[in-house]
Amino acid sequence: MKWLTMKSWSPYVIGAGIGLLTWFTLLTVDTPLGVSTTFVRAVGSLEKSVAPDHVAQNPYLSKHGPKLDWQALLVLGVFLGAFLSAWWSGDRSKEKVPALWERRFGPGVARRYVAAFVGGFLILFGARLADGCTSGHGISGSLQLALSSWTFFIALFAAGVATAFALFRKERGNV
Amino acid sequence: MFDSPGKLALGLLSGILFGFLLQKGRVTKYDVIVKQFLLRDFTVLKIMLTAIVVGGVGIAAFHSAGWVHLHIKPALLGGTILGGLIFGAGMALLGYCPGTAVGAAAEGGRHACPGILGMLAGTAVYAEFHGFFSRTLLKAVDLGKATLPSLTGIGAGWWLAGLAAASCGIFILLERRERSGSRPPEQAPSIRVPTPAGSSRQGGDP
Repeated sequence: MKWLTMKSWSPYVIGAGIGLLTWFTLLTVDTPLGVSTTFVRAVGSLEKSVAPDHVAQNPYLSKHGPKLDWQALLVLGVFLGAFLSAWWSGDRSKEKVPALWERRFGPGVARRYVAAFVGGFLILFGARLADGCTSGHGISGSLQLALSSWTFFIALFAAGVATAFALFRKERGNV
Repeated sequence: MFDSPGKLALGLLSGILFGFLLQKGRVTKYDVIVKQFLLRDFTVLKIMLTAIVVGGVGIAAFHSAGWVHLHIKPALLGGTILGGLIFGAGMALLGYCPGTAVGAAAEGGRHACPGILGMLAGTAVYAEFHGFFSRTLLKAVDLGKATLPSLTGIGAGWWLAGLAAASCGIFILLERRERSGSRPPEQAPSIRVPTPAGSSRQGGDP
């Protein structure tokens, strides 16, 4: 079982595996692979515990109501699967400030955490506006040749490249 | 409030496989994602294109056999484009997407946690503005459940064959360039980057 303890597999093997997984989820539960709707259900549940009236009056939160569904368990599974993979291969990390970030922005943990928070905020705001993320649009939608998903994929990459080059322009060439 | 236990179990199983693959594919790592956007490491593109081609061929075949339904998200292109741009900027800043952030947190990456909190906050704020967007931006361009075949009249088989051929071409070029030595394959984290002494906070490798 050496392959289970390897730190990495070929990206083509990984891609093919994810491709087969999209067959599996569509054949078993008629649902494409996706992650970001679970964030809406989680936020709905959290807000419901403090302000139930507000959630009831918000059509978006009510539409994706708090529910323990297939995708919620999928997200839990992603955590478990990634944990098992990292654990068996001794690839666990305690990364607070990635090396690439540190060389450009210094070792400050607070600065990195604020940037991570802002990045996460933008990611889900964008994902909800576009109605999907890297899984739901990027993989599941693109493989069904949806116009919306290919548009999202291209916009994501264009903005990602532009942002990364803007952030790391002083580092270019020596990383 | 709950899906059936069998469906929940299938979700858990699918998720475990997905998370395992993401971690083994190294896309739960900040450096791999950000270096994709810096065009120095093409792991993300290799994984996504392979998944799209393998998944797409199977699902097109199952669909023509009548075994599965397609699930096409409507082309509300105003929202898709602006959302995709905001998403991409955020992904370059955080270094993860939603699924890989969960995987990174499981791997132990501490800074994935404020990232996930930010995701919850972004969702909560979006929920307050969804009404506004659905009256404005989301209505601006609505092409319905358009697909590349429906728009062009060229069948899904041809699109997938073209995509497979283009992907293979891209992969061959990338592998050739990585092997040529000017751009070493960024597979082994311990030798990948000449790091200034003491600056690496990554655990794991000795």
